[in-house]
Amino acid sequence: MIRLGIVGLGKMGLSHYAIANSTPGAQVVAVCDSSTLLLGFIDRYGRVNTYTSMPEMLAAERLDGVIISTPNHLHAEMVRTALAAGVAVFCEKPFTLSAHESIDLTELASANGLVTQVGYHYRYVATFQEMKHLIEGGALGKVTHAEAEAYGPVVVRPANATWRSKKSAGGGALYDYAPHPINLLTWLFGAPKTAIGTVMTSVFSADTEDEVLGTFQWPDSLSAHLSVSWSDTSERKMATKVSLWGAEGKIVADRQEIRVFLRHAAETSRRAYSAGWTTLNIAELTPPVAYYLRGEEYSLQMEDFVARVRNRALDGVNDFRSAATTDEAIELLTGANSGRQQEIEKVVAPRRRLWVRS
Amino acid sequence: MPDRLIFGDNQFFGVNHMSEDKARAQAIRFQTDDAVLEVLEAANRNGIRSFMCTTHDRLGSIVPSVLQRPEAFPDQQFLPCMPYAHKYSNAMAEQGIIGSLQGFLPERGRIEALVRSGRSLASRDIAGVATLLIDAEMRPFRNASTPVVFLQNVTVDLILGLGAYEIFQVFADHVRTRYNAEPGFITMNVPRLLDALRMQEIENPLVCANVNKLGFRMSGGVEAYEEALRRADFRLIAMSIFASGAIPPAEAVRWVCGLPNIESIVFGASSERNIVSTRDLVETYWRRQPV
Repeated sequence: MIRLGIVGLGKMGLSHYAIANSTPGAQVVAVCDSSTLLLGFIDRYGRVNTYTSMPEMLAAERLDGVIISTPNHLHAEMVRTALAAGVAVFCEKPFTLSAHESIDLTELASANGLVTQVGYHYRYVATFQEMKHLIEGGALGKVTHAEAEAYGPVVVRPANATWRSKKSAGGGALYDYAPHPINLLTWLFGAPKTAIGTVMTSVFSADTEDEVLGTFQWPDSLSAHLSVSWSDTSERKMATKVSLWGAEGKIVADRQEIRVFLRHAAETSRRAYSAGWTTLNIAELTPPVAYYLRGEEYSLQMEDFVARVRNRALDGVNDFRSAATTDEAIELLTGANSGRQQEIEKVVAPRRRLWVRS
Repeated sequence: MPDRLIFGDNQFFGVNHMSEDKARAQAIRFQTDDAVLEVLEAANRNGIRSFMCTTHDRLGSIVPSVLQRPEAFPDQQFLPCMPYAHKYSNAMAEQGIIGSLQGFLPERGRIEALVRSGRSLASRDIAGVATLLIDAEMRPFRNASTPVVFLQNVTVDLILGLGAYEIFQVFADHVRTRYNAEPGFITMNVPRLLDALRMQEIENPLVCANVNKLGFRMSGGVEAYEEALRRADFRLIAMSIFASGAIPPAEAVRWVCGLPNIESIVFGASSERNIVSTRDLVETYWRRQPV
């Protein structure tokens, strides 16, 4: 049985707690948080030991791994502490706020022979996996153009309530939403070489960006446009979409379905595609999971982490090295921002409304 | 006992598990209450009078509209499913857990007192906070008939995953005593949930879960579901029988109706034609009695 500890009981921490606790071969034995209300709840209803200090938890419990789901700016130090204690680490995304730090921690984990993973769950979504499978098989021929998008309703009014809206805590759409589509691009195509034309705008937030636009370029004439907004009320929850154009066709994938247009019929090791459009959805593509909470991908990533810890499999689809590549791509974007953010006039909701909210 | 056929609400609120385009088209089609009420009235006219609906903000105006026109909605019942998870999930990302609770509860001071009170006291009053949240979610259904109140799957499965099974009892007790309703549990993990409910001595529970030929989102596997159904120690309401359109209607209904001891089927439809065709399919394959 793999014994796990959870650090940080926010939205993601609670979800990881429930999933890890239900993953065959694993058990959550300890949790750590600073909120007395949450720890009160866990003391009363949970079946684990509770701590307010991570080093104390590491010292008192014989853990095989920890899941770190604290505010972004705390990741680096906590990951370092866990690695020093000799336990495997699952860190929520983004990995750290500095590519240099991410690489340093990757090397430390490697030197200590520890399993690492970062919570980029989209790599476990069957539609995106099918997209990668098709690209690697050459179904699109030479891919020249990609569009990676993420929209959702996180900040939809002026507010400054949590760390997510504080730049100093690693808040903002750049570190919250944008890493997902960027991480899918680096998974599909490797590290981009340059970024150009980054624009980060505020819709509501006083301290951070709510939208991120930019373009990545790879050496082999592939360009990818990134479009991100976490202030999009039209979406019920985060919606991530990747579109690819190649010489032989086009693929559009989101969390629900993958639509493939091929000029010529093609066969992969998994299935035959006819010429023209083929649409596949997750009901057809997704493998069953042992426990379902909020999408198979969250269960699958935890099943993978537990299996990797058990087998001491140091290389994995979302290991620290791959997440560090995403952090490097994020820094390419911010480098291409070239101070434009200050020049942009902040978009604010009009003071005098022309309509009445019902 | 719930009706054999229950009308669902996913189509009204832009939920489609297979296609974001379809979800968006439905959200556009049903953005006025009149569009929703028209389809709901068609369901009632065709004998489907139980509406299983998430506690979405829009129920605040839809429910009173139904109650104002009893002649168009005879014997209309609502089966609320709470909470509307995205409301809480988005609020948690925006305001944190404590901020969200404060936002959703009328008694702001109650949470502040809890936060100040320290761990031991907090642990004692959590059941009280849970019942306040239930009351807040039930507000749109004042004066409506609500024979069953469901706990939504994300919440049920979160409690299940955390092992905090006593919360199920808190929910069941409050729904029974305060609303004179039967508690229902929506889940994607039927075999696990049944074990947990048994530990809490919740007898013959009403459970709503995906049941479809593909085995889509039937965690634990189709065989474990069939085995549980043969034991007949719970009542299963089948949902997502078409797996959002991945299975042809007749094939989907035939398979589900062939399982033993299914209590009810919940389905969604956007037109009277589709409501009637699903009802007729179920009548054809479900031989126990006319629905």
